Amino acid sequence: MKLYVNQKTAYRSYVINLIAVVLVFLLLKGLMSAGIINSYVAGVCMTVMINIILAASLTLTTGLLGQIALGHAGFMSVGAYSAALLVKHAKDSGVVLSTPDGITPAGYGYFLLSLLLAGVVAAFFGLIVGIPALRLKGDYLAIITLGFGEIIRVIIENVKFTGGAQGLSGIPRLASFDVVFWLTALIIAILFAFVRSRHGRAIKAIREDDIASEACGISNTYYKVMAFTMSAFFAGIAGAIYAQQMAVLGAKTFNFLKSIDILVIVVLGGLGSLTGSIVAATGLTILPEALRSFSEYRMVIYSLALIIVMIFKPSGLFGNYEFSLTHLLSKLRRPKSNTPAAGGESKQKEVTKA
Amino acid sequence: MTESVLKVEHLGIAFGGLKAVEDFHLEIGKSELVGLIGPNGAGKTTIFNLLTGVYQPTEGAIYLDGVPMVGKKPHQMVAAGIARTFQNIRLFKELTVLENVMVSFNHTMKYSILSGILRTKNYWKEEAAAQRRALDLLRVMHMEDYADQVAANLPYGQQRKLEIARALATGAKILLLDEPAAGMNPTETTQLMDAIQTIREKFQISVLLIEHDMSLVMSVCERIVVIDYGHIIATGTPFEIANNPKVIGAYLGTDDQ
Repeated sequence: MKLYVNQKTAYRSYVINLIAVVLVFLLLKGLMSAGIINSYVAGVCMTVMINIILAASLTLTTGLLGQIALGHAGFMSVGAYSAALLVKHAKDSGVVLSTPDGITPAGYGYFLLSLLLAGVVAAFFGLIVGIPALRLKGDYLAIITLGFGEIIRVIIENVKFTGGAQGLSGIPRLASFDVVFWLTALIIAILFAFVRSRHGRAIKAIREDDIASEACGISNTYYKVMAFTMSAFFAGIAGAIYAQQMAVLGAKTFNFLKSIDILVIVVLGGLGSLTGSIVAATGLTILPEALRSFSEYRMVIYSLALIIVMIFKPSGLFGNYEFSLTHLLSKLRRPKSNTPAAGGESKQKEVTKA
Repeated sequence: MTESVLKVEHLGIAFGGLKAVEDFHLEIGKSELVGLIGPNGAGKTTIFNLLTGVYQPTEGAIYLDGVPMVGKKPHQMVAAGIARTFQNIRLFKELTVLENVMVSFNHTMKYSILSGILRTKNYWKEEAAAQRRALDLLRVMHMEDYADQVAANLPYGQQRKLEIARALATGAKILLLDEPAAGMNPTETTQLMDAIQTIREKFQISVLLIEHDMSLVMSVCERIVVIDYGHIIATGTPFEIANNPKVIGAYLGTDDQ
């Protein structure tokens, strides 16, 4: 029978997935240098990657732990402002972060440092909110997290060091496509590995039945807080990338609707499927951009697309299914068995599919 | 009977003014199978919830191998060695059979989040060991063919057995089974009872069994405790219980009522 843990096949699939990611990277870079991808499209690509990180991180709380959280934009904003303040401070104190030729090594260093800081600060907030909030379930948790998101936004608008309602501007643009691409791939790899560890299994068990999980020796509170904090950590990182891509921050960007946007991506992709959140993040970021020529009709088409998916596939595009490039390849090698029709387009970033 | 594994003294719980269980005594020896019976609403499942830490008793004491257990949370009870199944099946439906069992190993596994993410040597070693143990356990329950199926797709009887396998996997010293044969046909019931007997012998585990199927209780239990309205009304061998007028009264009603 097929074994769940197998070191050999796992290593093989690491290599396969790494090759796939490198190919996607080279393809995108090639298109960029050939001028087929202009700076506008490259900007959309960055937004896609930020949304992938956001959606994948929310999948931890909503998909794996099974709790609806409506404050994800709050964690994102905490991360965004922490990172922005750090790199702005560095710039003001005379560190050369970028020259007209590009970003300096110090700039890359500060970028990564700011991401780490953003993640840690957001995770800290996640911990503070999570410990009391995760005692509640369902609607109550949703309301608490919604409240948290709004509180954060109002605080940012009213304190001085964040620039208040005017926002924060002059943030160095340190988010380069290459670094962000590999970071996204890395984060997705981390999340896939986490889901397949004993911790991920415990969290899924809580989603399935929290009374039974406790009766199997799992400390529900510990694992719930763990999932929620991790989720906040990666949301903070996404915020930090966002801040250093846009160069300006306004608290209004991180309102309730932003949280809903992320939740929509997760639900549309399929609760509990990281593949789904990646595909949906890509699709739902590109769709409104692609529909720009239809001007006022584009939001109608966007909403219609959502409604249609929810009617015909209520469990989301992927449900619980995770796409595996390794499985696909081994199926292709044996031509007799039928290959799955769906999932071909998501060849991107599942690095650690075991 | 050798020295007792589980010892319960004066256990009681009151929900507001209602005393659901009062002055409950119980001693279970190593690999002993004790039945707990009583009419509907007598307090059987409440006793299970007290023994597993779901409810905190308002009075009395619980000892497992002499260690006091009152005040512990459910997951700490499991770590100490008390595992249970549920009256209405509570499986992790979307997880595979193998994963269901492996969840129960979690509290004995040690690798950290970081080694889980980086997949260090510890990760592979512990995961492979856990998987091997889970498969061994499924083999004992004659369920190894189902290992990579999703739990929700199992036939009813197999779901009941999986719940027992999952409880066993926690490494428990005592197993509390809440109506394991409910809804099963006679063949499935016989198979289940055979499985429980095998487990007792193989793992040297004690069992406390709630069951409504009287012929079953009478045939497998070494000792039976009967409760009604939260009180013990009789204790003894199956034969003694079957002829106890109080028990007959509790189930069928008495003449003077």
